[in-house]
Amino acid sequence: MDLSQLPQQIVNGLMLGGVYVMVAVAFTLIIGMLNFLNFTVPALFMLASVLMWAILEGHGIALDLTATAVLLVLAMMAADRLQHAELPAPVKSGAALGLAAGALLIFWQIIASKPGDEVFAWLDAATGKGGRWVVGIFVALFTVSVLSLLIERFTYRYMKAKYGDATEHALPLVSSLGFLIVIEHTVISTWGSDALTTASPFGNASFEVGPVLFSVPQLLSLILSLAIVFGLSVMLKTTKLGRALRSIAERPDTAPLMGVEVGRIVPVVYVITGLLCAIAGILFTINYTTVDAYVGDTVATVAIAGMVLGGLGNVWGAIVGALFIGMVEVMSIYMVGATFKKIPIWGLLLLILIVRPTGLFGHTAIGKGKF
Amino acid sequence: MSGYLESQLIILCLNVIYAYGIFLPAASGQLNLGAAGFITIGAYASAWFNASGVPMYLAIPAAMVFAATIGFVIAFPILRTRGVYMVLATFAFAEVVAGLIINLEFLGAAAGYPVDSHADYLVVVPVTILVVLLCFFLMSTRLGLAMRSIHDDEAVATLFGVDVRLAKVAAFTLGAALMSLGGALYAHHYNYIETQTFNVLVSIYILLYVLLGGTQTAWGPLIGAAFFTIVPEALRQIATASGQAWIAESRFIFFGAIIVLMMVFRPEGLVTRTLIDRIAMPFGGRSGPARAAGAV
Repeated sequence: MDLSQLPQQIVNGLMLGGVYVMVAVAFTLIIGMLNFLNFTVPALFMLASVLMWAILEGHGIALDLTATAVLLVLAMMAADRLQHAELPAPVKSGAALGLAAGALLIFWQIIASKPGDEVFAWLDAATGKGGRWVVGIFVALFTVSVLSLLIERFTYRYMKAKYGDATEHALPLVSSLGFLIVIEHTVISTWGSDALTTASPFGNASFEVGPVLFSVPQLLSLILSLAIVFGLSVMLKTTKLGRALRSIAERPDTAPLMGVEVGRIVPVVYVITGLLCAIAGILFTINYTTVDAYVGDTVATVAIAGMVLGGLGNVWGAIVGALFIGMVEVMSIYMVGATFKKIPIWGLLLLILIVRPTGLFGHTAIGKGKF
Repeated sequence: MSGYLESQLIILCLNVIYAYGIFLPAASGQLNLGAAGFITIGAYASAWFNASGVPMYLAIPAAMVFAATIGFVIAFPILRTRGVYMVLATFAFAEVVAGLIINLEFLGAAAGYPVDSHADYLVVVPVTILVVLLCFFLMSTRLGLAMRSIHDDEAVATLFGVDVRLAKVAAFTLGAALMSLGGALYAHHYNYIETQTFNVLVSIYILLYVLLGGTQTAWGPLIGAAFFTIVPEALRQIATASGQAWIAESRFIFFGAIIVLMMVFRPEGLVTRTLIDRIAMPFGGRSGPARAAGAV
């Protein structure tokens, strides 16, 4: 074995871990606040990276699809609002009918005219290819966070099952698996399940420090993801919203008694999760330039291992765990071989779960109370 | 029987066996996301016994005993965890199994492993029927009752003197044996196995069959596995027959949407005790008090 490559491998491990960090934090937030393993995280990550790819490559159908999905979600939310609004019944029915008619009209327009291609033609004429970057980032962030709100409606809202038996905590898990299947197969039926590649905008930008080669976009992504997660943990510690979130995590039954509006705070957790997944997905496309419909599964399963290592619900634990798992993956590939990487990662996870379920960094407030 | 029907029947049978392997732990309140691990163990163990000279009819039971032993041994540490932790632990177990086998040269490593003896539907179908009958019988015994009581309320089950740990370990071990039986039948029917076949998605789908079918009665996994094997395939046939390719492409989107809606409108699964009683009533089924007791 050639040890002179070791520093380079350590750097590679850290960079790979940087991809896992934000996904692991997305998992850990939901599991810490709501005691729910959110299987839509891989789907949201994948959707963001594929959307970014599709918009960079100028696929008009990406815009059509997102417009349809976002409109659907917004229409559902408006209907939800309407249902709880204090209005006379005729006004309500009238508004509902108007909403449905408007939504149908817009869907029909999208299906009939497929405006996505025209948008791209206009955009490229106005900005050159540079505009695609901005549009891609905004569309991915917006779509994924809105979808995350839809997922909140169908997972968290139904956690209070009527049947208080032992598998009731499986309900949101199963719903989130349903969403995973829907999103993955929407992508597969649009673009197929093969690898999708785009050109890297940064080329091979890199610099050397001694014998170690740093790739600029990877380094920037690592710094960005660490900065975002740092901001998140400061928010959790100092702001009013953060205090409300921590109180829900600590004791969900008591939080409402202390004046926390649980119904308003929980969607915020989902939006933050969606944004984290979206940023991670966008950075993944920029760095690795190759995505496919299953990229979320690959990244998220490893991120789960990192999260467990750091302790479920522990944000800083998730960061350290994800970086460490990235390191383990690179090192076991480097020292033994690519097929070997599963054993150390999952063996470590199994061991941690059995011997020290709170993770390496001790106690967090998980599973104390149920919703 | 035509080749197409036979191949679909085999897939259905295997899915039913897998589903019962996940159902037994689920009926006692444990979520096992490690189906792929036990299926892999069963398939490879049976194939290896077979390759070293043991006839198929002995290799399959031997593989079941082997997998059940592993299930029994890991049941104790894994059952210390619960809820989300158990889901993660069983999932990690499956990944470790896949990671180990892909590195074992004598099992073919990444190239896959050919299997000698062939089992056609004349073996698979009767075995499946036996498994279904066995599970119905099991759920009617004291052990089945203990499992149901743990599923509904573990604390109360303990108070009534149910040996919770014994029942849980028994359910987990029997489930492991059933899944390995399914895996062994898979190996002997297709005569070729590789670890990539039994991936995370397999574990997820099997758990979904069981949870969507319902964990309250032994009908659940049968109905769940049958429904979610037959309906997508039927949709594919309809798409081919009618020339509407979009049906085949989007059938899994509908599948996912059905799952989400099921959790909203019928979170306890398709088949429940109440439903069974309601169907059984006109034919001299259980009467009022029994139905009231069953209507959780």
